[in-house]
Amino acid sequence: MATEAALGWWGVPLAIAAGTMRGGTPFLFVSLGECLTEKSGKINLGLEGTLLTGAMAAYGTSYLTGSPWIGVLAAGLAGAALGVIHGWLSQQFRVNDVAVGIAMIIFGSGVAFFFGKPFIQPKAAQLPTIDLGAWSGIPAVEAALQISPLFLLGVLIAPIMHWFFKSTRWGLFIRAVGDSPDAAKAMGMSIFKVRLLSVVAGSFLAGIGGASLSLYYPGLWTERISSGQGLMAVALVIFARWNPIQCLWASLLFGGAQALGPALQSVGIKEGYYLFNAAPYILTLVIMIFTCSPKRSLTGAPGALGTDT
Amino acid sequence: MTIATTPLAIETEAPPELEVVNMTKQFGKLVALDNVSMLLKPGTFHALLGENGAGKSTLVKCIMGFYRPDQGDVLIGKSARTIDSPRDAQRYGVGMVYQHFTSVPAMTVAENLVLSRIDSPALINWKDEYDKLSAFMATAPFRVPLELPISQLAAGQKQKLEILKQLYLKSKILILDEPTSVLTPDEADEVLGLIRQQVTAGKLSVLIITHKFREVTSFADEVTVLRKGKFAGTGSVKDLSVSDMAEMMMGERKEPQPVSKVTHLNAVPVLEARDIHAIKDSGLPAVNGLSLTVHSGEIVGIAGISGNGQKELVEVLAGQRSPTSGEVLVNGKPYKATRAEMYSNKVFALPEEPLRNACVPHMSVAENMALRTFDRPPQAKGFMLILNAIRNTADTLIKQFSVKTPSPETPISNLSGGNVQRAVLARELSSEHINLLIAANPCFGLDFAAVEFIHGQIVEARNRGVAVLLVSEDLDELLKLSDRLIVISGGKFSYESEIAKADFSAISHSMAGH
Repeated sequence: MATEAALGWWGVPLAIAAGTMRGGTPFLFVSLGECLTEKSGKINLGLEGTLLTGAMAAYGTSYLTGSPWIGVLAAGLAGAALGVIHGWLSQQFRVNDVAVGIAMIIFGSGVAFFFGKPFIQPKAAQLPTIDLGAWSGIPAVEAALQISPLFLLGVLIAPIMHWFFKSTRWGLFIRAVGDSPDAAKAMGMSIFKVRLLSVVAGSFLAGIGGASLSLYYPGLWTERISSGQGLMAVALVIFARWNPIQCLWASLLFGGAQALGPALQSVGIKEGYYLFNAAPYILTLVIMIFTCSPKRSLTGAPGALGTDT
Repeated sequence: MTIATTPLAIETEAPPELEVVNMTKQFGKLVALDNVSMLLKPGTFHALLGENGAGKSTLVKCIMGFYRPDQGDVLIGKSARTIDSPRDAQRYGVGMVYQHFTSVPAMTVAENLVLSRIDSPALINWKDEYDKLSAFMATAPFRVPLELPISQLAAGQKQKLEILKQLYLKSKILILDEPTSVLTPDEADEVLGLIRQQVTAGKLSVLIITHKFREVTSFADEVTVLRKGKFAGTGSVKDLSVSDMAEMMMGERKEPQPVSKVTHLNAVPVLEARDIHAIKDSGLPAVNGLSLTVHSGEIVGIAGISGNGQKELVEVLAGQRSPTSGEVLVNGKPYKATRAEMYSNKVFALPEEPLRNACVPHMSVAENMALRTFDRPPQAKGFMLILNAIRNTADTLIKQFSVKTPSPETPISNLSGGNVQRAVLARELSSEHINLLIAANPCFGLDFAAVEFIHGQIVEARNRGVAVLLVSEDLDELLKLSDRLIVISGGKFSYESEIAKADFSAISHSMAGH
């Protein structure tokens, strides 16, 4: 207690930094997944459901096998399975991807709640963490600087995805299909396949985002674990202008905003606790207001995003 | 001679012969192509002529593997080939330049070129590719900057890129679908002239879809004509006159009717626009300080290549877009294009793509025809609509404007493009008093008869004293109808003249912004 008191107000930036890395991880995976999906011209709002299913699958598998890494893989595969449904269904004639996405939120959460019931009580094996704070000898600093390998993985995926879009044949295919399906068709690409694979790969990433919720932070399985992060990640992709590197910064910003309430509480500010907890939601609204204009369309948006072609 | 030709023959492989035999393609009940055959000889420039809906596009799309023909074969180099996709066509050296650009707007020129290649590598070494692309550009007939994104290219550059793409892919047979519709006459001559040189040098065969006779007579060797999905004739261009070709296209000799205009003595200004500025959807400036006046009983034509601000100008005048600065006056009063102002000033509009800009696609023809009047007597009483009155008005208009619709209750999106255009025209011209008519590309994609009808209606309105602003990409249409012609380029007016004094080459130059 003495050291924590000694930290005093320094605890606030420390807690926010820690929260940025913890809370930012699911945002990072879901937004990278959504970025990949939207680059191909499809919107997947269902990633909220995918996130929950991923969290449940990771926790359950980790509990049953004792290996959290198999849990992470299971989360990705569960996400990909939902992605197959969304990718196929949203490309049928006269089917709107937003409507399918909303259905998939409900379906994904339903699946997670149904199979997740038995795993609410037991304690599953958590992912190991990399302790960067061991040098300090202050428990609060040590706790704050426990970094998940999943976070590092996400930080690596962002530049890799950026390079993928720029310098690989498949990356160019996805951008072509998302920006101008007619042009892609004229080049003989299968729009259906490219979009299906993009949605599936994006959902795989979002599933891993779920694993970081249940196996790292907060590190348990409840039905309210995602609290809308999957939907916020969609707003975040718009904020990041469909650029994977900017998705990384935006995820850190949202993670930091999420940590604001708990951080202030830890130094004894009780007033407005719920207001500070609402910071990420307010941030979403503010971003929406500032990025939308009736007079012009967004720069960087894939040309065919959300159209029925 | 032999010394000079031998290395050339090794270097450039001659294009193969392309033959289409008895091709038939049906879409549901519609027979788009009926037993059509044609032959594209190696090293010739061949024009494919026909009215809209004659089956030209269907034929070339069957050749390219976009559609699978119900019957018939494509022979390349005298043997039958199965072409299931544009990629297959690329393997046989057949490439197509489409009417609409098929480059990806968000990507750079270099990315688009590499992407188009069938054997583009899984991992792209950009330094290496840039070296190869620069080497290719050095030998190409025209050049486009490699690093620019497509969205920043002008229409002419985009079209050149589409053709370059085919040369880059080493296509030997080039199919061009109305390649000059977005080019100024000067640019069209330049592009076609350079392709013609490649053909004359024996490096290419070209099949071009066009309905500009000028291009056929100046560039093509042979012509094949389609009419209503059927083969209507073929021959050598030097043996055929323009009227022979027109007769093959339409099946009968039909002279365009000259328009007769009444002169108005006391013309008053109806539409005045002062220093209008507007931005595009992307936020870039589109209209940069335009001022114009349209008087009663006058047709003012605005010519220009698509994308030079005319779309945004029309949207500002029609109330679909707010200008960033400047003001619009109608009958001397400020005009904000509200419904009340449209009604009191009697302003009507015929926007381009009427199904998207002037109709509610899922509503019926009758409801769409009542969009201007449904909330006033006799079509409404208080807050109640008088459905009978709406239906009766529609019945009258459908007869008067010969709209082909199964019934007034049919959703308007089920009608053909020409009939949607007629229905909108009926609504906009039916009012007893019209002060101002704003029309944008009113005849785009319509057949000969519909064009004549719409031209007649516009001139008739002008003769009644209506002020008409006509924005069009079709220069011939503007020269025929306008009293005064203005050219727009880069969001500014670059030329203005009375129609009698208008100079074709000056118009063409100012369309390119010179």
